[in-house]
Amino acid sequence: MALSGLLLVGFLLGHLAGNLLVFKGRQAMNDYAEFLKNSPELLWTARIGLLLIFAVHLLTGIRLQLVSRGARPVAYHKKGHLVSSSASRSMLLTGAVVLVYLLFHLAHFTLGLVSPEDFQLTEQVIRDGVASSRPDVYGMMLAGFQHDWLVALYVLGMILLGMHLSHGIASLFQSLGIRHARYTPMIEISAKILAWLLAAGFIMVPLSLRSGLLEAA
Amino acid sequence: MRLKLHVWRQRGPADAGQMVSYDMPDVSPDMSFLEMLDVLNERLTLEGEEPIAFDHDCREGICGACGLVINGIAHGPTRGTTTCQLHMRSFKDGDEIWIEPWRARAFPVIKDLVVDRKSFDRVIESGGFISVNTGSAPEANILSVAKDSADQAFEYAACIGCGACVAACKNASAMLFVGAKVSHLASLPQGRVEAGRRARAMVSAMDAEGFGSCTNQFECEAVCPKDISVRAIAKMNREYLRAGLLESES
Amino acid sequence: MKLDARIPDGPIDTKWERHCFELKLINPANKRKFRVIVVGTGLAGASAAASLAELGYQVDAFCFQDSPRRAHSIAAQGGINAAKNYQGDGDSIYRLFYDTVKGGDFRAREANVYRLAQVSVNIIDQCVAQGVPFAREYGGYLDNRSFGGAQVSRTFYARGQTGQQLLLGAYQALARQVGNKKVRMHRRCEMLDLVLVDGHAKGIITRDLITGEISRHAADAVILATGGYGNAFFLSTNAKGCNVTAAYRAYKKGAAFANPCYTQIHPTCIPVAGDHQSKLTLMSESLRNDGRIWVPKQKGDRRAAGDIPAQDRDYYLERKYPSFGNLAPRDIASRAAKEVCDEGRGVGPRGLGVYLDFAESIQRLGSHVIEERYGNLFEMYNRITGEDPYASPMRIFPAVHYTMGGLWVDYNLMSNLPGLFVLGEANFSDHGANRLGASALMQGLADGYFVVPYTIGHYLAGQRPAAVSTEHAEFARAEEETRQRISTFLSLKGSRTADSFHRELGAVLWDHCGMSRSASGLKEALRRIPALRQEFWENLRVPGSGADLNQSLEKAGRVADFMEFAELLCHDALTREESCGGHFREEYQTSEGEAQRDDANFTHVSAWEFKGLESPPEEHREPLIFENVPLAVRSYK
Repeated sequence: MALSGLLLVGFLLGHLAGNLLVFKGRQAMNDYAEFLKNSPELLWTARIGLLLIFAVHLLTGIRLQLVSRGARPVAYHKKGHLVSSSASRSMLLTGAVVLVYLLFHLAHFTLGLVSPEDFQLTEQVIRDGVASSRPDVYGMMLAGFQHDWLVALYVLGMILLGMHLSHGIASLFQSLGIRHARYTPMIEISAKILAWLLAAGFIMVPLSLRSGLLEAA
Repeated sequence: MRLKLHVWRQRGPADAGQMVSYDMPDVSPDMSFLEMLDVLNERLTLEGEEPIAFDHDCREGICGACGLVINGIAHGPTRGTTTCQLHMRSFKDGDEIWIEPWRARAFPVIKDLVVDRKSFDRVIESGGFISVNTGSAPEANILSVAKDSADQAFEYAACIGCGACVAACKNASAMLFVGAKVSHLASLPQGRVEAGRRARAMVSAMDAEGFGSCTNQFECEAVCPKDISVRAIAKMNREYLRAGLLESES
Repeated sequence: MKLDARIPDGPIDTKWERHCFELKLINPANKRKFRVIVVGTGLAGASAAASLAELGYQVDAFCFQDSPRRAHSIAAQGGINAAKNYQGDGDSIYRLFYDTVKGGDFRAREANVYRLAQVSVNIIDQCVAQGVPFAREYGGYLDNRSFGGAQVSRTFYARGQTGQQLLLGAYQALARQVGNKKVRMHRRCEMLDLVLVDGHAKGIITRDLITGEISRHAADAVILATGGYGNAFFLSTNAKGCNVTAAYRAYKKGAAFANPCYTQIHPTCIPVAGDHQSKLTLMSESLRNDGRIWVPKQKGDRRAAGDIPAQDRDYYLERKYPSFGNLAPRDIASRAAKEVCDEGRGVGPRGLGVYLDFAESIQRLGSHVIEERYGNLFEMYNRITGEDPYASPMRIFPAVHYTMGGLWVDYNLMSNLPGLFVLGEANFSDHGANRLGASALMQGLADGYFVVPYTIGHYLAGQRPAAVSTEHAEFARAEEETRQRISTFLSLKGSRTADSFHRELGAVLWDHCGMSRSASGLKEALRRIPALRQEFWENLRVPGSGADLNQSLEKAGRVADFMEFAELLCHDALTREESCGGHFREEYQTSEGEAQRDDANFTHVSAWEFKGLESPPEEHREPLIFENVPLAVRSYK
């Protein structure tokens, strides 16, 4: 759980870095997309790796739940808790919603099933005096996020991801046995900050695109 | 003060069990929680009912025998306290109190509020010791142990094996109990020799007993009557990982 | 009955070594043919069971608790003595021996005490190797503190939880052998009778407390390590489950019971709060290292402690015993507290309490030092009373704590019944009439780790292994008697609970056979106890059945034995016409109110033989000979 989670956080950081290129403009974004497209080994290794890590994360999560459910066959009549955060108690819920969100997200931007017309957008570029066209990821994102319901869905998905991470990142240190009287409080705060920064970073993209902040650029 | 109790009654392991309500009209705030149950039991006996079975022994918070889930919290509302040391001054007139046994597959109910905690003993039997036969010990002061390590070891060794950590954990995990023993012995030079083997053996014994997994919510630490820190769990994870990475399986 | 203590000849410091050489041995391959039953898993029982299994014997261990780790040794707070002389303050094996004999008011057997002092050093080594986290100095070496009745620092400790840590060490050693399949552990299983075959202890009858099943267990020897009988008083510092049943059953089968009147009243317990009180909580004696005990000088001074100026306070222990002060031995400190309360100078709502004041130590050392030393005790006090001992003095009062008397044993720790060994608090051997602080843990572990593993082999070497099976008629008879007794309890259907009888019995004992005793009071008790016992057998009510977990039934059996035992206790107290240690007879005191021993007539062990309930027990005397520590008036002034 912790190891796969750690790797997924690594992926999210990379993904966010890519997404933030949107603020550098159409060219930077599309350059990045083209680079990925032209390095199939890299892209597919990453995709397969990600899929595997994700499968591990999902399966260990399900196993954890099943073991834990089995460990308490009769529930308490009166339930109480003292210190656990709501984020930690709802990891299954937030995890499941993020999974649904993720499937939608793949359908939207990877498979182009949600709005196929946007998915076909291209950009004309002139390289060494030769004109050619390449996928216009920037335009696709811009077009995609013109629907309020879609933006709302992404924002919601990211908030739940933030919750999931706010417990998950801090927790993985404990699971890996990294705990220290002096550093652990710092680690826990930093982990929470990182979790919400990631979520905020992702949220900024659809919000900026929708609000027209980026159109001018 | 007047209280209303809702107590889990279960005739035996095979019985389904149910919550039964009792009125307690005259409770003194100086009573301990168990003394209140004594009073109720005296009354039930004379009324021809079977008294409520609950485990208890030393009644001074050290033997680890007692343990009730009171209003959803293992050992009740006061932090760092066993059920026997909880006093009625922690409640107020008119309160309703729900009293349930520890709930875990590894702690099956025997009767009413009494559960079977043999699983804890079996986990210790799997490796929760230093292998030294009587008589083979060297002179005690040959070994110097840093005061910090000794103090640290003591903090972990203070575990009374009551099982509140399991009862409070959403997943009925025993990681704090097992972590405390692994960490106690691993904190001392005498215990380092077997540290890896011990961590591996105890973790697999724990898993075999049907305890759940740790999801780092730390409810265990919050209810622990001896305030054992979840550092114990991190340390056990470390010992376990180290044993897996650095030591051969043989 | 013939009592032969089997004390080896020769100088005291070589008796044990020579004796060990003379004891018969069993070769390692044959040890596994012998089975030993160990009842009780406290310090003595767990350490014995583990050590015997390590040697290769087959062991069956029994405890009535749900785990061997819960035995009441776990509650010992202060520490464990050992003659290591790590502090270089003049300690030695001889001094520990001397202090223990003197502390016991010259009513212990010299040879046993000397051996105890000798093996005390091995105990510390063993426990450290097991990972017991004793307190240490910054240099990494073991720390010591001083304790009542001694002028050297020889007490090893693990904060205020020494008993817990030592017991967990022994429990873990036992668990290791359970895991190795060398010990069969019987939890929630109570011994209800001893089985003798041809006069030898060869087995026990038990009741499984969960299923109610009555079982027979046969072995080549039986070890009782079943603790003391302090709960005869109902209110004591013992755990609720502590009982005299195993020892008393052995007594009824012919084992001699020695010196039952030696009961220790601990001076520092939390006073009784109300009628619902179910037990008393000890505050470790170690608190007396830094706390000062006082009461107001004026009778009926109801001012708050902080409002009473120094000149109106009576630090009575420091006044009366200047060289030991607040560290006077337990019996002396308890009686002094009773005295000031009897004078009407007691504090607290019931006037039954004295102050234990830390204000001066907190000022001198800082509250962090006090917290480090006693933090958990202060917390415990606060939790029980709702008062903060950092801000106002604790209130304490004496309570029954430990019993020095017990089944009679010889130097090998074997009772007069061959094959029946008795260890720890359950025997009578080492503390005489008063036990010094931090010596109970020492004795329990000495017996279990370092004495019985040697001496039991000597007995077993003369036995044919597995000679007796549970099919023997004696087992059938004992089982039938046990069944009868249980069905009688269940059939009575009276109108009082076992607890209510126990409370009443306890009150009679506390009033007449407690901190001070008199012939008239004891006779009164001996009149009331049989009457109460008769009512018990007519008017007891035990709900439920015998076929499942029935805590009322367990309790009834234990109270029934306390009822009979209490009579023996008073009988012994009446017969011992002197004051010594924990036994204070009002008729025998000096003009200053100090205990007055009668060495000419009572320098002996009184070992009692059961003669049927309707006849008084028969006394057998083992004379005590003091060759090394001259008999002297025990003075702590």
